[in-house]
Amino acid sequence: MRLAVREALLAFRRAPLLSALGVTTIAFSLFAFGLFSLVALNIRSALRTIEERVEVRAFLTDNAPVDSIATMMEELGKRPDVLRVEYIDKDQALTRARQELGEFKDVFEAGFLPASLDIRMREGHRDPTSVLKIADVVRTLPYVEDVRYGADWIEKLHRIRNVAAAAGAVLGIAFAAVAIIIISASIRMTVLARAREISIMRLVGATDAFVKRPFLLDGFAKGVLGGLLALFLTWAAHSVVSKNFLQTDFFPLSLEIVGVAAGAALGTLVSALSVGRHLKRIQ
Amino acid sequence: MIRFANVFKEYPRSGMALNNVSFLVARGEFAFLTGPSGSGKSTILKMIYMDELPTRGAVWVGGTKAPGVKRSAIPQLRRKLGVVFQDFRLLEDRTVEQNVAFALEVVDTPRDRIDSRVSRLLTRVGLASKATNYPRELSGGEQQRVAIARALVNDPFVLIADEPTGNLDDRATRGVFQLLKDINASGTAVIMATHNLELVKRNEYRVLEVNRGQLVFDSSEQTRTLEPLK
Repeated sequence: MRLAVREALLAFRRAPLLSALGVTTIAFSLFAFGLFSLVALNIRSALRTIEERVEVRAFLTDNAPVDSIATMMEELGKRPDVLRVEYIDKDQALTRARQELGEFKDVFEAGFLPASLDIRMREGHRDPTSVLKIADVVRTLPYVEDVRYGADWIEKLHRIRNVAAAAGAVLGIAFAAVAIIIISASIRMTVLARAREISIMRLVGATDAFVKRPFLLDGFAKGVLGGLLALFLTWAAHSVVSKNFLQTDFFPLSLEIVGVAAGAALGTLVSALSVGRHLKRIQ
Repeated sequence: MIRFANVFKEYPRSGMALNNVSFLVARGEFAFLTGPSGSGKSTILKMIYMDELPTRGAVWVGGTKAPGVKRSAIPQLRRKLGVVFQDFRLLEDRTVEQNVAFALEVVDTPRDRIDSRVSRLLTRVGLASKATNYPRELSGGEQQRVAIARALVNDPFVLIADEPTGNLDDRATRGVFQLLKDINASGTAVIMATHNLELVKRNEYRVLEVNRGQLVFDSSEQTRTLEPLK
């Protein structure tokens, strides 16, 4: 093992430019991946905030008795897809309308807006199908005059999220493929640069596993360094954006560790796969 | 100990490299392998350290037989052989002692055994004083001695030398050849491929001559066939 570590370090020292290129390319691949993930992370948390506001509003007739309203609220509140039900009387509706649409506040007069039940959906039930379902149920209830739930808006929101997820998967795979090609090429260069050493190792009776060991360590080290560099670059990009444009979230520590570990795994795995292939060419 | 039985070697592109070659080299024997360039000498040597396997026929080296040898058994076989080449094949960025130690390290020899073994071997090839020099600071003859020291690290039962004096002047050739003779005298078999006919003539060792992939002359066979006539 000692020799393998020394050989792996020697590979760095003997061909610093090649090694730096290897680390940098891994770093840039992961950086691209990291940047995209960060965008996805921020889109997701933004979507979650918006989604929290998904609600079904049931407007009630003026003659709705308090008892019936209370029963409706209780029954709706029991449903597993409903987070909470809130009663908004005519005065509250007026106050809210004046707050939300400040420039038109004089247009609204007392008694102009109907009372309503505002139904908030539980997480996981904010998709168009669930919202439509509850809207249909509410529509059949007595004293309900009209139901609004912004169907188009909900659908659009979900389409954006699905597109973001699909783009994430496609770009993620594309970037991983680029990283694999680059790492494989860098291993190939290292194998060729060390052809003499490898042929001597084999000549004096080193096993295949022994010959491969320094390359695996080399790949592992490059992956870790590349991962750390990518993490730093992503953090730097995040800081610049946060300072100058808009406040964004960064990865939690657990995801940072996963990122560096992914670099290490990528480096080691690609090394393992390509070293055998390239070693066959060395006599 | 080393036996070739009706060995053929055919390459898809270049055709027949060995054509029905049979011979036996006994333990502790010294044999020259001669013949023009491209005659098949290197192929025979490669088959001994199992870098090439026969297309037909069989090769026995120690207790290992090809074809049929497991890939994982080849490194174990090579630990019992020593191989040197015309171009020395030393690692230029390592000192003499590091080059020799390298061969011990790759077979997982404990550190405390490596140092003493390396210094003993360098003394044996007459290079103890150049242990910390780099190959480029040595003459051709000295570099070949380092390669021989490296080949001897695991006490091989046979030393395979592919044109070991091909790049050396007369004086260095004599020195290296004397070293090979000493190694042979201590019990290690030596198979040496060479173009140097002077060297072959001056020394009464067995000669195997190959031409166009065939064994055209074996001095031991001649001795054997001549014997009944006496």
